[in-house]
Amino acid sequence: MSTTVTTEKRTMTGAEAVVHCLLEEQVDVLFGYPGGAIMPVYDALYDHRDTMHHILCRHEQGAIHAAQGYARASGKVGVCLATSGPGAANLITGIADAQIDSTPVVCITGQVASHLLGTDAFQETDVVGISMPVTKWNIQVTSAEDIPAALSKAFFIARSGRPGPVLVDITKDAQFGKLDFQYKRCELVRSYVPVPQPDTDQIARAAELINKAERPYVLFGQGVLLGEAEQEFRAFVEKAGIPSAWTIMGLSALPTEHPLNVGMLGMHGGYGPNLLTNECDVLIAVGMRFDDRVTGDLKRYATQAKVVHLEIDPAEIDKNVKADVAVLGDCKTTLSLLTEQLEERSHPEWLQRFRDCQAEEDAEVVKDELYPDEAKMISMGEVIRWVSEKTAGEAIIVTDVGQHQMVAQRYYNYARWRSNITSGGLGTMGFALPAALGAKFGAPDREVVAVIGDGGFQMTIQELGTVFQTQTRLKILILNNEFLGMVRQWQELFFDKRYSFTEMTNPDFQTIAKGYHITAEKVTKREDLEAAVERFVKHEGSYLLEVLVGKENNVFPMVPTGASVSEVRLK
Amino acid sequence: MQEQFNVSIFTEDQIGMLNRVSIIFNRRHINIESITASASEVEGVHRYTIVVSCTEDLVKKVVGQLDKQVDVVKAFYHRNDQIVQQEIALYKLPTKTLVEAKMVETLIRSHGARIISIEPEFTIVEKTGHKEETQQLFQELKPFGLLEFVRSGRVVITKPMKEFRTVMEEVEEAARKCIGSGAS
Repeated sequence: MSTTVTTEKRTMTGAEAVVHCLLEEQVDVLFGYPGGAIMPVYDALYDHRDTMHHILCRHEQGAIHAAQGYARASGKVGVCLATSGPGAANLITGIADAQIDSTPVVCITGQVASHLLGTDAFQETDVVGISMPVTKWNIQVTSAEDIPAALSKAFFIARSGRPGPVLVDITKDAQFGKLDFQYKRCELVRSYVPVPQPDTDQIARAAELINKAERPYVLFGQGVLLGEAEQEFRAFVEKAGIPSAWTIMGLSALPTEHPLNVGMLGMHGGYGPNLLTNECDVLIAVGMRFDDRVTGDLKRYATQAKVVHLEIDPAEIDKNVKADVAVLGDCKTTLSLLTEQLEERSHPEWLQRFRDCQAEEDAEVVKDELYPDEAKMISMGEVIRWVSEKTAGEAIIVTDVGQHQMVAQRYYNYARWRSNITSGGLGTMGFALPAALGAKFGAPDREVVAVIGDGGFQMTIQELGTVFQTQTRLKILILNNEFLGMVRQWQELFFDKRYSFTEMTNPDFQTIAKGYHITAEKVTKREDLEAAVERFVKHEGSYLLEVLVGKENNVFPMVPTGASVSEVRLK
Repeated sequence: MQEQFNVSIFTEDQIGMLNRVSIIFNRRHINIESITASASEVEGVHRYTIVVSCTEDLVKKVVGQLDKQVDVVKAFYHRNDQIVQQEIALYKLPTKTLVEAKMVETLIRSHGARIISIEPEFTIVEKTGHKEETQQLFQELKPFGLLEFVRSGRVVITKPMKEFRTVMEEVEEAARKCIGSGAS
């Protein structure tokens, strides 16, 4: 392990070393929940409570989602602390979420003393074993002197290459033990190549394909955001004049209004973006992994097209869709190299195809969703339309999972880079409230709006306590259809309307918010909506706005499971 | 098409690596037919040899996912015609039968097996070879009161001439090139 030495030696306890490692890594915010096996670290934190901002969440799942939200909003590593046993186990959902969505998070868990390991001691759980399939890397530390090296390696691995969650489990005796502390920032792990070197031949081949293409089509994912390649990506699509569609993780890497942004891919993506996947001649995937929710039936996915795949993780190449040209590397680098070799082009007729499809989708779906008939209940789309308008598309939108997620992403007018935070790969209900809290700490100058369904809200509703205690200015929008809406939609379409356990009898969310001293309002009528959204956005503190929306509204377009993207349905 | 593949994985010698490696096979529902693990020719690096039967497409993806594990230096897969392989089997027989039934001695000789330990009560016979060969001897010794039988996983030497040390240097060089590239 190669390293850079940044500190003089000092004698301290393992617990103090943990805190000093965090200081060395410039961690100023961390999320956590104390308990027996992590108490020495919490005791050490007490001495740094003025400089290191520890957010006491109400559940460890809340802490890890907050750390994820922080990481996604700031581009830095999110950190969370938990105790052994139940504390560590409660992190697992968030770790799995961070793993599948490539979010850099360092989890530090306390563990029973090393002599008790394996004895079923009180609050002992094999968290290294449990978390192994869902971490990029993990380690158990049983002696104080190993703490600095483990943590510096953890931070390096979490943030480098394709980011991901790491877990460092530290036994209580290691926290109490003494060491001569010296921090060496890790820059190299000999067995680990975070970023493959770009191959110039492959870049030339990709450029040739793109230059010759008649109907090129770009699909962009979170890699563009993680690679901080905003300018490079824009320059690339603009020079080659390529219509570009986003995965939900790639959303906000190119503004919604950009003339080449043709919309959303996947199961509830746009009509054109799905349909025309099977008509393009060159498909250029940038920092995305061809998830099944994006591709539908792989056997009938873009078989006519030559596929160019720009990707940092070699294991993603050919995993789902075979690449004719694979360009490995960090897309910030590879996009620049590729753009240099591109001819300036435009594809007006091809782009028009997307616009025609959009017009069809507007007429069939969008108009009704954004401007429903007066007789109908409020739709999710029109709430999002107002939020988008009142925030001028400038907010960070944090969504939970379900219908509201699809609607928010489809209809919010994302004007700014890194403005979409959602649980994409794992689809974790309960993600949004704590993730939004973390996002606000990660981007304090930005307006953060959590958009949540009535189901998901109740999965981590306790984090309202954290919002209150930290006096965070958070905007919480509950789109309440009194159903687990997405499951209900599937039951309607594919299970003969047998609404098996999807109807919710909800509490009075305003009263709950009031209990946490959070201003709350409920809207049931369309004529009250605009003014309520205005108050919601303008309010100086946290605000919970609940909007009662149509109970049985569906999200369209839709590519049903197992269907081809060309079979995208408008109704 | 299902085929037999020999997956070689070189990892840092760390606690938990076997778990990390086996999880990747488990997730894809691939049965491990045999496994051996021990220190490799490079200090601090362990070598796992895992034999599986699946399609080439699948083994390729699995090797990619193994390779991306932080503490995996490199993973490869080879077909049976690209390797030289061996397994070892031990057979425990009552010493009495060895003395009484001359046939046993003939069997041991004809199979190229050897006796590695003789105790008053039992004798241990060792046979190295391919699975079919050790299995054949097992079948033939069975009628003579075979007390215990054990067979190792397959060990594999690959035919391609590239040394692992060179591969490791390449990986380390590629890792070094990332320093300061924004990756850290």
